[in-house]
Amino acid sequence: MDKIYKALAEIVGEEFVSNRKEELYIYSRDSGLSEPRFPDYVVMPRTVEEVQKIIQLANKEKIHVVPAGASLSLSGLTIPQKGGIVIDMRRMDRILELNRKGRYVVLEAGVTQGKLQAFLEENAPDLCHSLPEAPPSATVVGNLVIHGQGNLTQAYGFNSSMISGLEVVLPNGEICRIGSCSLSPYWFSIEPLPYLAGLFLGWFGTTGVITKVGLRLYPKKKLRDVELFVLEDPKLVSEVIYRVTHTEMAEDITTVAQPYPLMFQGTIMIGIYLTGDTEEELEFKRRLIWSSLSELIKAKEGGFMALTPDMKVGFLEKPMSSLTRSADILKGGGFVYCGAIIPIEKFPEALKKLFEIAERNGVTFAHTGRVIGRGHCMMFAFAYPFNRADLERMEKAKRALFDSYVATLEIGGVPWKPGAEEQKLILERMDKNSVELIKRIRELLDPNKIMNPGNWEVEL
Amino acid sequence: MSMELHRCFRCGWCKLPSDFVDYNCPSYAKFRFESFSPGGRLWLIRAWLNRELTWSENFAKILFSCVACKNCAEQCKMRFKDEIVDWITSAKSLAIEKGLAPPKVRDFLENIAKHGNPWGLPRAQRASWLDLNKFEGEEDLLYIGCECAYEERGQKMAKNVIELFKIAGLSFGTLGNEEECDGNEAYMLGELGLFQELASKNTQKFKELGVKKVITISPHAFNAMKKYPNRDFEVLHFTQLLLELIQKGKLKLSELDLTVTYHDPCFLGRHNGIYSEPRKILKSIPGLKLVEMKRNKENSFCCGGGSGNFVFDLLGGSESPARLRVREALNTGAEILAVACPICKAMFEDAVKDEASDLEVKDIAEILLRSAERI
Repeated sequence: MDKIYKALAEIVGEEFVSNRKEELYIYSRDSGLSEPRFPDYVVMPRTVEEVQKIIQLANKEKIHVVPAGASLSLSGLTIPQKGGIVIDMRRMDRILELNRKGRYVVLEAGVTQGKLQAFLEENAPDLCHSLPEAPPSATVVGNLVIHGQGNLTQAYGFNSSMISGLEVVLPNGEICRIGSCSLSPYWFSIEPLPYLAGLFLGWFGTTGVITKVGLRLYPKKKLRDVELFVLEDPKLVSEVIYRVTHTEMAEDITTVAQPYPLMFQGTIMIGIYLTGDTEEELEFKRRLIWSSLSELIKAKEGGFMALTPDMKVGFLEKPMSSLTRSADILKGGGFVYCGAIIPIEKFPEALKKLFEIAERNGVTFAHTGRVIGRGHCMMFAFAYPFNRADLERMEKAKRALFDSYVATLEIGGVPWKPGAEEQKLILERMDKNSVELIKRIRELLDPNKIMNPGNWEVEL
Repeated sequence: MSMELHRCFRCGWCKLPSDFVDYNCPSYAKFRFESFSPGGRLWLIRAWLNRELTWSENFAKILFSCVACKNCAEQCKMRFKDEIVDWITSAKSLAIEKGLAPPKVRDFLENIAKHGNPWGLPRAQRASWLDLNKFEGEEDLLYIGCECAYEERGQKMAKNVIELFKIAGLSFGTLGNEEECDGNEAYMLGELGLFQELASKNTQKFKELGVKKVITISPHAFNAMKKYPNRDFEVLHFTQLLLELIQKGKLKLSELDLTVTYHDPCFLGRHNGIYSEPRKILKSIPGLKLVEMKRNKENSFCCGGGSGNFVFDLLGGSESPARLRVREALNTGAEILAVACPICKAMFEDAVKDEASDLEVKDIAEILLRSAERI
């Protein structure tokens, strides 16, 4: 038996380590279009101490390590670019603490969005976390580590800004706590200490393995509703967002533009989600939002679309399964998207680019988006479904995806959760001193270069 | 099949129940590698068919540890959801056709083909324990099934059902040693030829005897017979008939001070949509308190015994589905875990022993009989 396999089996137990071809095959790819790259081992730890021992072993053996959640980024972030050990974190799935009055929860890195959602439903039905539209099998930490967004992002910013504490295994195997939990039993705040959390968020596992997280919870109102504002002129989208966010009455604001069904062609739909504990509260918010858009309605620039109860059910589902279902639009089991983080006034430019890219590459497309903060920026998705059994279509979607990353950078945006190739595009354009800082931080934290190599790799 | 497999996105909804409370795919919950999830399994089947992967012992384990509980089809959000179990069954079928099935699976099927039961026990033993007249044109045929005929715990369950039918004054008989395997596991393991043969034998036998209505004890038999081509007889699960008997006043029930939780068998629940009858029976017993496990009805978590795993048990061990389910039952505070399937009963009784738990596993007929006998 090879010595690394044996050592891993001693750490986690033989049933939770594999170097069998079936596991290596599955962990060599995700549901997106990144090239498969095979790991040498897959391992599933249960405790932080086991993670620590795996990292210590990796340092000793100079073998690469790739931490993984549900591998649902669609951009290959947990595909081992240079082989090594994939650490599937999903056996660490305990919710350790709920502080109801302090509105935070402490959980292990393998807890899924669905499990946390169900836990809160049962134990704190008046609280919720910011839920992304990813499938419920996605992990909470996976979303945080890529600076994901959720239904509360419009009100409170990126989900990663809702972190109240972290436990991390550093690349040298040390266990490190960040925030109030580093000096107190309470995981209530990252601030006011030096902001070390930034060393681990957005780095895609290249600076350590997050093993626990403290996450802020927010009031969950008893009622939730959605209004759909429809307009044709993309230039007015930022105005609509500005007006609605200014009321501070919306929970979430999303955008959709797609060629199908035909009735939606040429339109942009802005989903405005409202919550309230009473019908009166809901109605009050609804009136303020309608009033904020009344001038546009009077000028016939747009209007609210009546939604049937069936349509509302789909829009109000948490998370929305229709987004997952879009992977089967071409009966093909796949879609990819470039999530561009852009200033809201760049919406028309981004939409124009999307149409151009789709036409140039001959691909089906869709746009979905979400407002981040009170209109401080938005995530604009250039999305392309593809057919996994049609190599030509896959190639076209891949080219369209790459063009979308380039377009994002051209219009002054920042690609969200870019894959290894797209990270290079970003690093090429980034301020040289910022790039140098990234390099120095990685060298300092990970002198043996074991952590998820191929990602944020600076070659100066 | 290979034309459609690529449609799986591997999004993972299929692993969970509808409220997401925990993993609900038995093989994924047990092994935790993505390869053992429904999506992982479908991607591996596609890779095998495309010759990207060759057959191996591990792949065989991945394929045959699918218990066909149908949670994946219940929870999948795609339009092809109803085909998922068939795709996996087709892959098993192909493996069997190519002679690649693991020895335990092969023996299981050979025993059914040769001896009419998965253990290879003599046909003469099938009804040796049964003190009941053979079917001679009675109103109902009670189909005992392999799991009840050859397994002591199943026999006890069958005796409970028979006793209740007698109390209710039902006219019924059995086929005794002439009973043939129902073929459900052959179907789910992809041995469709064997299934068709068994279906044909049973249909022919029922026709010869003039059987109009078959009452099954096992939901697996119930499911299989529903699939029989050219079926000209009615099939009921025993819980459906018991409820009818209670509602007609043919079973008088006395008080039982018990707290019970009920486990939905996959082949009664998700495969055939029968959720309310067993619950109505339990609720009809005065004093009995029915408490639900978190995962119930469409979200029920399988015992891990389906698709032959009650014999070759690829999912055994400290985190087996049956042991996980027993822990969930214990969390309800119930003293009894009620079942409506002889396979679930055996799986849970073993799990309770392994967990060193005080929880009692009782079939619904036993609980009902206890109440009925007190009158």
